[in-house]
Amino acid sequence: MIISVLSGKGGTGKTTVAVNLALAAGKGVYIDCDVEEPNGFIFLKPQISEKTPVEIEIPSFDTEKCVACGECAQKCRFHAIALVKGKLLFFPELCHSCGLCQLVCGQRAIGKGKKTIGMIEKGFSGSLAFAQGILNVGERSGVPVIKRLREETGAGELIVRDCPPGSSCSVMEAVEGSNYAIIVTEPTPFGLHDMKIAVELLRYLQIPFGVIINKWGEGDRMIEDVCEKEGIPIISKVPFSREIARSYSKGDTLENSAYMEYFVQAMQRIKELVK
Amino acid sequence: MKKVVVLSGKGGTGKTTVAASFIALGKKLAAADCDVDAPNLHMVLQEEVEQEEDFYGSYLPHINEDTCIECRLCETSCPYGAIADLQINGAKCEGCGVCEYLCPVEAITMEEEITGKTYLSRIHSGIFSHARLKIGGEHSGKLVTAVRKNAEAKAEDEEIMIIDGSPGIGCMVISSMAGCDLALIVTEPTESGLHDLQRIAEVAAHFRVPTLVCINKYDLNIEKSQKIHNWCKDRGILVAGEIPFDETVYTALREAKPVVEYPDSAAGKGIAQLWERLLEFC
Repeated sequence: MIISVLSGKGGTGKTTVAVNLALAAGKGVYIDCDVEEPNGFIFLKPQISEKTPVEIEIPSFDTEKCVACGECAQKCRFHAIALVKGKLLFFPELCHSCGLCQLVCGQRAIGKGKKTIGMIEKGFSGSLAFAQGILNVGERSGVPVIKRLREETGAGELIVRDCPPGSSCSVMEAVEGSNYAIIVTEPTPFGLHDMKIAVELLRYLQIPFGVIINKWGEGDRMIEDVCEKEGIPIISKVPFSREIARSYSKGDTLENSAYMEYFVQAMQRIKELVK
Repeated sequence: MKKVVVLSGKGGTGKTTVAASFIALGKKLAAADCDVDAPNLHMVLQEEVEQEEDFYGSYLPHINEDTCIECRLCETSCPYGAIADLQINGAKCEGCGVCEYLCPVEAITMEEEITGKTYLSRIHSGIFSHARLKIGGEHSGKLVTAVRKNAEAKAEDEEIMIIDGSPGIGCMVISSMAGCDLALIVTEPTESGLHDLQRIAEVAAHFRVPTLVCINKYDLNIEKSQKIHNWCKDRGILVAGEIPFDETVYTALREAKPVVEYPDSAAGKGIAQLWERLLEFC
């Protein structure tokens, strides 16, 4: 079973939920798919045993064969190649690795090259398997890192994927193939607004989902009202608590806290819903 | 017009809260919400939308069923696995055009695809530009660039542009910060906040954007706040301000008002002081 944890809005508690859900399950894999700003390792403090660079294909230009016709520059839809004063300029950060330039070159002057854009790290945190992807600073897209991370961690009894914030291609890549998704939200107008965006995304992908309301307080019914109206199951309401905030700020999990019960119950509820 | 981008690395540290208050305090000021896949700034600004337009940010192949000979070359050649049973998976397609190029019977045409919507509005201080990326949208950096260009094109005598950025360090953030005069990184006193601050600061340095830091909710963990101060000092980055944790922020948000409209609140005072400090660099 693959459970993805996303939010729409940043800072609602995806990592708090993903980490503690994985711990509540007792066994399985925690995967940090927020490759731009991974945080799971801060809490799980894994022993990393394996590091693999993530490479993408980029064109390599044979300047001796090149006749500066400009065909590759003209055809590239990402404007990653420019012909300036008879010289080819390549912008690797704009390249999407599609290979069209290699196909269109009449001189066969473009071959396959490689560029490292990030790293995948695997290890263990106690009995919990751990994996994370890290995008190199300056790179524009974490999508190939997330894709590799998904492929390398495959299927298993239980996989919890900690996803990036937002709703763009990185999030889509991270949730792909999930059996169930959890939207972590907070009872604020921004939380509600962005939760609706996450709902739209999951409905588009046809992935069943439920909501966990984090930093919940009495009287904050804005999220419940919308969930009830839309028929969205509320998996858990984790209360706003200074103790949780403090643990979080220190980089501690809730494993030794009474609040862990929320995540044990949530995991139970999710398993029932997935069946 | 000086361009100031508000970033964080980590989500939820208070970028929009701070940006909205800066805009409320400013006089001749343009605003741009570059968090195009989860925009929130428009929720706290009083805007009059003047222009709403579809944004064509990518291409999608269209297969002409009459011409298609079902050789499936497009399916096997697609670098993203976006074609299956001659159906295009819009979420996977990146609009590269390899399928169009390889089709032996020219049955495929690349058509412009709407990837979002842009908005241009008037606020009290000047122009406000924002956008919403379509679900799963590709090339969000392109839409971010469009949001900035729209603001710059329509700006008249605005002296400063405040850009509300998105979390992360990828293309949306890079496009938000490119060519800016100043980046304000809003962080929080947590291990995650510090870790993410370090990465976004590295991005800003990589793209040569001068950087200031502000610690939001600093009093929730004084020890971590100090750790952030120490790290910034080691890197030669100025901590331009600290904002205390204040319930007023939630009250303001529920009322859809910038925090500085509660000028006697601790957070309101903190942000106002931060703004004064920021102006010294503009």
